[in-house]
Amino acid sequence: MSSVAKKPSTGASGGSGRERAIDIVNRRLAKRYRVEKRFRFYGLCSIIASVVFLAVLLTSIVGNGYTAFFQTYIKLDVALDATMLDRADPGGSDYQGIIKKSINKLYPEVEDRRSKRELYALFSSGAAFQLRNTVMENPDLIGTTVTLWVPADDDVDMLMKGHIKRDVPESGRRLSDKQLGWIDRLAVEDRIEKRFNVTFFTAGDSREPELSGIWGAVKGSFFTLLITLVLSFPIGLAAAVYLEEFAPKNLATDFIEVNINNLAAVPSIVFGLLGLAVFLNFFGMPRSTPLVGGLVLTLMTLPTIIIASRAALKAVPPSIREAALGVGSSKMQMVSSHVLPLALPGMLTGTIIGMAQALGETAPLLMIGMVAFIVDVPGGFTDPAAVMPVQIYLWADSPERAFLERTSAAIMVLLAFLILMNATAVVMRKRFEKRW
Amino acid sequence: MQMTVEEKDTDKVASKSGATRDIFLPPERQRVRDGGNPHVMAKNFSIFYGDFEAVKKVSADILSKYVTAIIGPSGCGKSTFLRAINRMNDLIPSCYTTGTLMFDGEDIYGRYTDEVQLRKKIGMVFQKPNPFPKSIFDNIAYGPRLHGVKDKKVLEEIVEKSLRKAALWDEVKDRMERNALGLSGGQQQRLCVARTLAVGPEILLLDEPTSALDPKATAKIEDLIEELRGSYTILIVTHNMQQASRVSDYTMFYYEGDLVEYAPTKQLFTNPRDQVTEDYITGRFS
Repeated sequence: MSSVAKKPSTGASGGSGRERAIDIVNRRLAKRYRVEKRFRFYGLCSIIASVVFLAVLLTSIVGNGYTAFFQTYIKLDVALDATMLDRADPGGSDYQGIIKKSINKLYPEVEDRRSKRELYALFSSGAAFQLRNTVMENPDLIGTTVTLWVPADDDVDMLMKGHIKRDVPESGRRLSDKQLGWIDRLAVEDRIEKRFNVTFFTAGDSREPELSGIWGAVKGSFFTLLITLVLSFPIGLAAAVYLEEFAPKNLATDFIEVNINNLAAVPSIVFGLLGLAVFLNFFGMPRSTPLVGGLVLTLMTLPTIIIASRAALKAVPPSIREAALGVGSSKMQMVSSHVLPLALPGMLTGTIIGMAQALGETAPLLMIGMVAFIVDVPGGFTDPAAVMPVQIYLWADSPERAFLERTSAAIMVLLAFLILMNATAVVMRKRFEKRW
Repeated sequence: MQMTVEEKDTDKVASKSGATRDIFLPPERQRVRDGGNPHVMAKNFSIFYGDFEAVKKVSADILSKYVTAIIGPSGCGKSTFLRAINRMNDLIPSCYTTGTLMFDGEDIYGRYTDEVQLRKKIGMVFQKPNPFPKSIFDNIAYGPRLHGVKDKKVLEEIVEKSLRKAALWDEVKDRMERNALGLSGGQQQRLCVARTLAVGPEILLLDEPTSALDPKATAKIEDLIEELRGSYTILIVTHNMQQASRVSDYTMFYYEGDLVEYAPTKQLFTNPRDQVTEDYITGRFS
């Protein structure tokens, strides 16, 4: 006791004689508390900083993107003239012509070709498709007049949303003064309004912003991730269990372990090049498809899953293994009935994190042609498809102002899926977690 | 029965000459050999962790249906020796053995010995209670189920019998479906004993079974050992010399990998032949 007290007393407090150990502890106590307080403060600062950054990011994305969920529509009375429509084959008619006629009827004073073209430009080319679908669905409409809300062109949409300013000179504006006048007349007649943008959630990509949607990319991502999950989870799990529980510890397994850790850090574009060389060129699989995308993302996700699964297996206490072996279970029985159930929450978490990473991956998919402009919504694993991050990349590259807000909207959809997946990971871990 | 340091030193010479002279011979050895086989026989048995020889050329017989305590300071190889008997050390990649260790006339480390079968016959209870994170019933029933018992009635019987043997039945009979982790430490350890008994072993290996328990729970485990004496061959590793002297019939003293002395417990504690043994049991080092 005294030897403990002696040492510092000769230092700090000088010749105050013998000092009790408790005094030294007390003297140091204030400093210890200060250190802790300072550490807490730093921690709090970093949390606040990250929250601020996140808030800025989200505000900018939501601020830019929420308008994409609404789209300007124009009310049009379309006379379905029986002379222009073939009852027997309604699909082959000139719907563009019918739409133009209806527009002319709305603005009878516009006569020269140039003004007419400017007038038609206010309406989306999707109007004709919409009319065609309406007629195809219900051929009895032929001969009557229907009232349709058709999508406006993206420039009109941008004007309505305030992204095209009226006060700039005409030459610096995408809409002429004449067009502005027509739009104003539509507004006065209550023929123009913003509605919920169903197209955005049901359509594939398009050159026309008002006709483009995220659904094609969502489905493409779904098919791609399904392939990735189905391949990478069982393979990753089996590899992790074998390496952790059964493999002999020798140079070969050390080598494999180093390689797996390396692969986890390899830039993802390298996996894309590998996929291009192996799956497309050597095996001749169809390019731009979820099948190949899924295979490439499997290669990329496997190391993540294996590493996470091995960590989860390592975390199972050895006492449980000993207990199982001690009552005479074989190694396989020990793994399947004790180790695996206890490690599963960690494994699932790792898998979902890997899948979330795969969902947001763009670079390797560019290499296998998933960057192509694909209008159709994919129906299966071998249909050409886009995925969400690639769609975002494509839209971000487009010059139209309307694609800007769609980019942000697509990011919001992607973030929603990511949050969903990570929340699932948390819930699963809570659900399956066993305490001891 | 003249077991001295000198005799221990002659061990090497003896084995070189090929003579099968047994050292550390317990007094009843001759009688046991006449009556039947000793349960576990070690002959020049060494255990290595890589280059480190943790147990050095041990030759000893462990007698059937007796309680044998293994004592010695930390790191002396007593746990290693115990775990070698049911091949628990197989889990450690760098561990290997030389010499022979026989169980019922079968080489434990023999080429054709199935360690799963072996562990069924040689059950083990560990230092820290390690019930499975399952219900009490499933904990006990796990072993029998592994070995093919499917009938629910039979299982229930086995569970009850094992729990009664482990003196736990009365405490848990009303909560068989509860998670075993809800039991107290002492109860958990008795549950582990019951779990081992449920498989129907011939030998019980207890690796410091009371070191994580309070005195009351320790007393219960000791009572349990008393209860099981005569039905099973029991080996118990303990740090607690009072415990060894209380529960065991024979005691082995290990020091730095050597089996220094192996004698009837009373004799070892009252009249040790070896100076190191005496120093240890009188507390001159630990």
